[in-house]
Amino acid sequence: MTLDPGLYNYWIVILLMMTGLYTVISRGNLVKKVIGLNVFQVSVIMFYVSMGKVEGGMAPILVEEAEAVYSNPLPSVLMLTAIVVGVATTAVALALAVRIHEAYGTLEEDEILEKEYGAAGPGAADGPVDDHEPG
Amino acid sequence: MLALIDVVLLAFLAVTAVAIVRLRDLFAAVMVTGIFSLLSAGLFTVMDAVDVAFTEASVGAGISTILMLATLAVTQDVEKKRWRRRFSPLALGVVVVTGAALVYGTFDMPRYGDPDAPIHHYLAPHFLEHTPDDINEHIPNVVTAVLASYRGYDTFGETTVIFTAAVMVLMLLGGAATIDRRRPGGGRMGANVVLRASAKPLVPLILLFGLYVQFHGDFGPGGGFQAGVIFAAGLVLYALVYGPDRAQAIFTGRRLEALVALGVLIYGGAGVAGIVLGGEFLDYDLLAADPQDGQHRGIFLVELGVGITVAAVMTTLFLLFTGRGQPAPWEDRVGESEGTP
Repeated sequence: MTLDPGLYNYWIVILLMMTGLYTVISRGNLVKKVIGLNVFQVSVIMFYVSMGKVEGGMAPILVEEAEAVYSNPLPSVLMLTAIVVGVATTAVALALAVRIHEAYGTLEEDEILEKEYGAAGPGAADGPVDDHEPG
Repeated sequence: MLALIDVVLLAFLAVTAVAIVRLRDLFAAVMVTGIFSLLSAGLFTVMDAVDVAFTEASVGAGISTILMLATLAVTQDVEKKRWRRRFSPLALGVVVVTGAALVYGTFDMPRYGDPDAPIHHYLAPHFLEHTPDDINEHIPNVVTAVLASYRGYDTFGETTVIFTAAVMVLMLLGGAATIDRRRPGGGRMGANVVLRASAKPLVPLILLFGLYVQFHGDFGPGGGFQAGVIFAAGLVLYALVYGPDRAQAIFTGRRLEALVALGVLIYGGAGVAGIVLGGEFLDYDLLAADPQDGQHRGIFLVELGVGITVAAVMTTLFLLFTGRGQPAPWEDRVGESEGTP
């Protein structure tokens, strides 16, 4: 049985990307948003690596055979550094979340906005309520 | 067969992603994210990107899961239901429309694995053909050659980003001084005999494997990024079981901070050496009498710099996050004095 994935890889990548985006937009919890961004990031990496695959190829580590087919090494290079940079920036986002939790006692976007602007929300004309002092 | 694995793993990945969105328990969501990373590492192997798979397995399923758990430990681990509305039709609309547009875009793309795709016809064949002559015939891993030599500027920039991120987290979470020194004999995990006994022989093996990945990166999958993360994972395991104090007997916060900078300096130094010897920045040809030996030496130095910085950054991040929940004794006193002015 021969199975040709065709464009299937790209469609799953788009599904993952949109799942991540939906998490970022619709969830109020800051850690959940960071998780959504991570899913988004993996999907972009998956997209590049999928493009780098050559049918019947092997990992781009040179061997003695003359007619060996290799997959594209460039996406690998770009994506492997992107993963490590991604975890470093994720750490910055999580550190911000920790500090926000220390200052407001919550990670929920709604509750943070409520503490910052009062129950009327950020659109209220009287501006921020000045009763909060960041820790 | 490989295509079948590809299809099945991608389907699993999609299911896992949906599970992540739906889970309200953040602890569970983080664990499922770890599974998500491990599945994608498997997929990268199927797609011949072994170096990427290596990195994803150690970073995604290892360090990033630990960092998220550490964040949950000092904050909250359940996502509250939104009081406005739980289901957001606007968000769903945006996502569906964007997704549909992107799917429409894929119809113009070459199919998966197509050897005639444009991406395979410009730079990739050049790198694959010229690496043995330009760089060194003893460095068969083209990914390492491109990473450290052809695209050395890129990698230098990325190492600097990691360095900057570590500086930012240090500023945000208040330096290594916040690590709790009142907890003697390690964390709660240290009380478990099975964990203590099994971690002890494992830690040196992990560190040894990290060194192997570091120095074998020229010949097989591996290199500074992966080695740094694996080395840090060994230290993190030790710190988890025996407590941050004992883990810091050798790698104190100050020394780790110095190592974070040292790696970037080694990388930059290898670049500047090229200028001093009359060439250009990151030109390794002049580092030895024979250009190929020079390339080998340059790649070795650059990978070493990356490895040191990544290992130090990952360990520092872990210690900062876990040290956060328990303020150091002097911080308690500051809090009290603020209460009674």
